[in-house]
Amino acid sequence: MSKYKYLKSHEWYCEECGKVGISDFAQHELGDIVFVELPEVGDEVEAGKAFGNVESVKAVSELYSPVSGKVVEINEELQSAPELINKDAAAAWMIKVEPSEAPTGLLSEEEYQKLIKE
Amino acid sequence: MLLKTPFYNKIVAAGGKMVEFTGYELPVQFEGSGIIAEHNAVRQKAGLFDVSHMGEIYLTGKDALVTIQNLVTNDMSTLKDGGVRYTLLPNEQGGVVDDILIYRFNPEKYLIVVNAANMQKDADWIEARLIGDTKFENASKATAQLALQGPAAIEIVKEFIAEADIPAKNYTFKTTTLEGEPIILSRTGYTGEDGFELYCANAFAERMFDIVVEHGKKHGMLLAGLGARDTLRMEAAMPLYGHEMNDQTLCHELGLDFAIKMGKENFIGKKALEANPPKFKRLGIKMVDRGIAREHFKVFDESGREIGHVTSGTHSPTLNHAVAMIRVEKDFNAPNVWIEVRNRKLKAEIVPLPFYKRKK
Repeated sequence: MSKYKYLKSHEWYCEECGKVGISDFAQHELGDIVFVELPEVGDEVEAGKAFGNVESVKAVSELYSPVSGKVVEINEELQSAPELINKDAAAAWMIKVEPSEAPTGLLSEEEYQKLIKE
Repeated sequence: MLLKTPFYNKIVAAGGKMVEFTGYELPVQFEGSGIIAEHNAVRQKAGLFDVSHMGEIYLTGKDALVTIQNLVTNDMSTLKDGGVRYTLLPNEQGGVVDDILIYRFNPEKYLIVVNAANMQKDADWIEARLIGDTKFENASKATAQLALQGPAAIEIVKEFIAEADIPAKNYTFKTTTLEGEPIILSRTGYTGEDGFELYCANAFAERMFDIVVEHGKKHGMLLAGLGARDTLRMEAAMPLYGHEMNDQTLCHELGLDFAIKMGKENFIGKKALEANPPKFKRLGIKMVDRGIAREHFKVFDESGREIGHVTSGTHSPTLNHAVAMIRVEKDFNAPNVWIEVRNRKLKAEIVPLPFYKRKK
């Protein structure tokens, strides 16, 4: 069973490890990703609110946080190698959050897969 | 309803990810490759684009050249048979109706290739300004066009066209046949690479597509979409109508002076251009701070004064950094500008255009 939960806007959240990323479906829709704009360690993020941006060659898209809390780590590797998101979106985490409260209303893997098939 | 080009079924079957573009359904990229891979294929080997959405207008007759000379900023009196020349199509105010290519078949037959988005506007504009013995024919809907671009394009074309029928120089063309069907083979393109544009009648389009694909594959050719077409033309700093220019942009504010011959006796908009010195200019920037300057973003000088805006911007796959073209006040002259990207001002450096120039 998947350890990820999702927002309808295609971000995943790993409850176990606090990491946030975007889904494989999202990276595929975006196409070649060339830039990721992330918050800084110590910044607060809020569930359902934008925490950064991801730019593909085509366009820029906002990233929404599945969870509220404090950013305790960012994936520095994505600054120089944003294409890692295209290669393996489930592994290419963006930020690690120390949640201030348990997230609510996230989709399970099954629910998310159903959503993107529609 | 969206229009389909004669290659639509072939493109969809090949995995084209279709989007709406100027009223047509065209691929932005292909499954299994993507914008960067398609871009790199054109720079290193070859890429094939469906560009049938472009418009084709024929002017023929004893006074066709007179009509054209009045319509355009460049001088077509020196264009030879088999030659192709870029020009602006100005309005009375000196603004840009379109930027176009003109092909000369003989002194009494010319082909004007226009942007898809402007096809009807241009056709109406030109048809209303015919002089003397000039016949007008809009062949846009009846013409299919492929662009085969990249250093291997010449080797691919040699596979199916006799060498004597291949135009040897850039900006020249030949009329020839492929399996007995008439085609125009033009050594032109919109990517900054060597390459060809092939025109044929709609009925022959699918067969022509198959021939080019069959031979292209042997040379590493990929099918390419609108996404790569945009990043390629950006690196080559080729302006795109609706972005770098529109009806209000004065022709001489674009850095395209090679295509404006003010010494020519007369042309539409000449008086307006003489009376109105340029207020803006087109410059290229490279981002210093991390981020991408996109169209419409504001441009500031070091003092924080707004001096213009971004007309096109993207990530350059060849250079691997963000580039943009900006329209700024004519008098601006400093090494850096600042681009407002989502409430932050990011530093950029003025760099010469084009961003990328192929090695000869």
